Amino acid sequence: MTNRSPFLISALAFGFAFLYVPILLLIVFSFNESKLVTVWGGFSFKWYGELFQDEQLLGAAKVSLLIAAMSATLATLLGTMAGLIMARFGRFKGRTLFSGMITAPMVMPEVITGLAILLMFVVLEELTGWPDGRGITTITIAHTTFAMAYVTIVIQSRLSQMDDSVEEAAMDLGARPLKVFFLITLPIIAPALVSGWLLAFTLSLDDLVTTSFAAGPSSSTLPMVVFSSVRLGVTPKINALATILVVLATMAIVVAGYIMHRQEQQRKRAMQRALAEQDAM
Amino acid sequence: MLGGGGGAPKERRHPNSAGAATRRLGVGGRGLVIAVPYFWLLLFFLAPFLIVLKISFAEFQVGVPPYTPLVEWVDDQYLQIRMSFASYFYLFGDELYVAAYFNSLKIAFFSTLFALLLGYPMAYGIARADKSIRNLLLLAVVLPFWTSFLIRVYAWIGILKNNGLLNNFLMWAGVINEPLEILNTEMAVYIGIVYAYLPFMILPLYSTLEKMDMSLLEAAMDLGCRPWKAFLKVTLPLSMPGIVAGCMLVFIPAVGEFVIPDLLGGADTLMIGKVLWAEFFNNRDWPAASAVAVAMLVFLVVPIMLFQSYQARQEAKAKEQG
Repeated sequence: MTNRSPFLISALAFGFAFLYVPILLLIVFSFNESKLVTVWGGFSFKWYGELFQDEQLLGAAKVSLLIAAMSATLATLLGTMAGLIMARFGRFKGRTLFSGMITAPMVMPEVITGLAILLMFVVLEELTGWPDGRGITTITIAHTTFAMAYVTIVIQSRLSQMDDSVEEAAMDLGARPLKVFFLITLPIIAPALVSGWLLAFTLSLDDLVTTSFAAGPSSSTLPMVVFSSVRLGVTPKINALATILVVLATMAIVVAGYIMHRQEQQRKRAMQRALAEQDAM
Repeated sequence: MLGGGGGAPKERRHPNSAGAATRRLGVGGRGLVIAVPYFWLLLFFLAPFLIVLKISFAEFQVGVPPYTPLVEWVDDQYLQIRMSFASYFYLFGDELYVAAYFNSLKIAFFSTLFALLLGYPMAYGIARADKSIRNLLLLAVVLPFWTSFLIRVYAWIGILKNNGLLNNFLMWAGVINEPLEILNTEMAVYIGIVYAYLPFMILPLYSTLEKMDMSLLEAAMDLGCRPWKAFLKVTLPLSMPGIVAGCMLVFIPAVGEFVIPDLLGGADTLMIGKVLWAEFFNNRDWPAASAVAVAMLVFLVVPIMLFQSYQARQEAKAKEQG
C-alpha cells in the first residue's frame, strides 16, 4: 500500500463524510423556514429567534453552564492531586484500591454510576439530612466524580513525560515541597490543567444519563431538556441550538489549539535559549 | 485505611527519583494530598456501589424510600436482617433481562466490528498522509467528540426516519420506490454507535500505526511479499495493541449505552442500559434496578476489568522482553 492508494483515500473520504454530513445537515436545516426538518422551505433565522425566547431552554443552559464550570474546577483540583499521587507518590497503603477507583469510572456503564450515586444521596440524606433534596449540588458532585478520572489521566501522563530533574534540582537547592510544586511543577503542567479542565467542562455539559439520576424535579440541565423534547420528535429549534453549540465548540477548539501551539513554541524557544547560553559559558 | 505516610520507608526503593520531592513533604502534607481525593472517591464512587448491592437485596415497597430496610430493630430487642433474593429470581427468571443482556453484547460486538472496519483504513490513511495535513485530519477526527453527543445522535433521527433525508434522497435518485424502515430498528442503533464512537477507534489505531517502522514493510516487499500479504503479515500484527485498545474503547460504552438505543432503536430494541433506566424511572422499582446494576457489574464490568489488567500485564511483559 503506497501513500496515495485509492483505497485509503476513498476510505478517508467516506469516513469523514460519515462524520460530518449529519452535522452539516443539522446546521443547514436550522436555517429552514419550514417546520418540517426534512423539507427545504426557504432561508430563515426564525428558529434562532424562537430559541432565544424559550425560557425553559435558556434557563437549562444557564444551569448546565454553572454546573459544568463548578464541576470542571473541582474535578481539575481533585484530578491534579490524584494525578500527582499516581505519578509521583510511589507506593502507599491502599494504592491499588486508589488506582482502581480512578480507572473504574471510565469502564463503568453510566446507568450504573448514575443509579449508584443517586442511591448514595438518598441514603446520606436519610442518615444526615444532607443533601437536602437533589439539584445543582448533587449533579455537580456526580459530574466531578466521573470527570475527575479523566483529568487524572491527563495530568498523570503529562507528569510522567515531564523531566523530573528540574524538581529534583529545586529540592536540592532547598526549596520546600509546596514551593517546588507551585513554582516548578504547576507551570510545567499548566497546559495539561487547561486541557483537563476543558475536557471535564465538556463532559459535564454533555452528560445526560448520570445527570438524570442525580437531578431533582426542579433542576433540569440542557441535555435533559433537549432529550425530552427530542423524544417527542424533531424540531428545528433543536437544530438551531445544535448549530450554536457546534460553532462554540469549534471556536473553543481552535482558540485552545492556537494557545497551546504558541505556548509550546515559547517553551521550545526558551529551552533553545537556555541551551545556547549553556554552550556559551 | 488512608495510610497517609505509613508506607514512607518502602518508597526509598522506588526507582522514581522525584519520589524524593514528595517524600520530603512530610507525613502531614503528603497524607493530606492523598486523603482528599481518596476520601472523595470512597464516598462518591465506592460507597455508592455497596449501597446498590444492599438495595438489590431489598424488596420493593410503595413508599419513601421505595424499598424495604435490610436491617431492622424488632421490638427494640433484636436485630433482624432481611435479605431478599426476589429481585434476582425475577431477573434470571424473566426472559426479557437475559435477552436484553445478550442483545447488548451482540449489538456492542457488531458495532465494534463495523467501527474497526471503517476506522482502520482511516487511521492508516491518516498515519501515511503528509505530515503537513496529518494534524489537521486528526483534529477533524476529534472535533465531533467536543460537540454534544446527544445532538449528534439526534442528527440521525432526521436522516433515518421514514420521510427523512436519506429516504427522500434515495427515492429522488430512483434507487427505491418505498421508504426503507431504518429508524427504530437495530440497524439505526448500529449506525448511531459507530458514528458516536468512531473517533475512539481511530485515535489508538492511529497512534500505533504512526509509530510503526515502515522499513519492515519495505523489507517484506523487497523479499517478494505482495502488498496485501505484507499487510496481513506485518502491519496487522504490529497494530494489534491499537486494535485491542480501540475495540475496548468502543465496546465498553456501547454495551451499557442508553441514549442511542432509546432515541434510534425504538421500543423493540432491547439493551440492558435501557432496561435499567425503565426499571428505575418508569417502574420506580429500585431493588430491581439495583439487581440489574449488580448483574451488569458481575457479568460485564468485572470481565472487562480483568481483561484489561491481563492486557496491561502482557504489555509490561512484552516491554521487559523488548
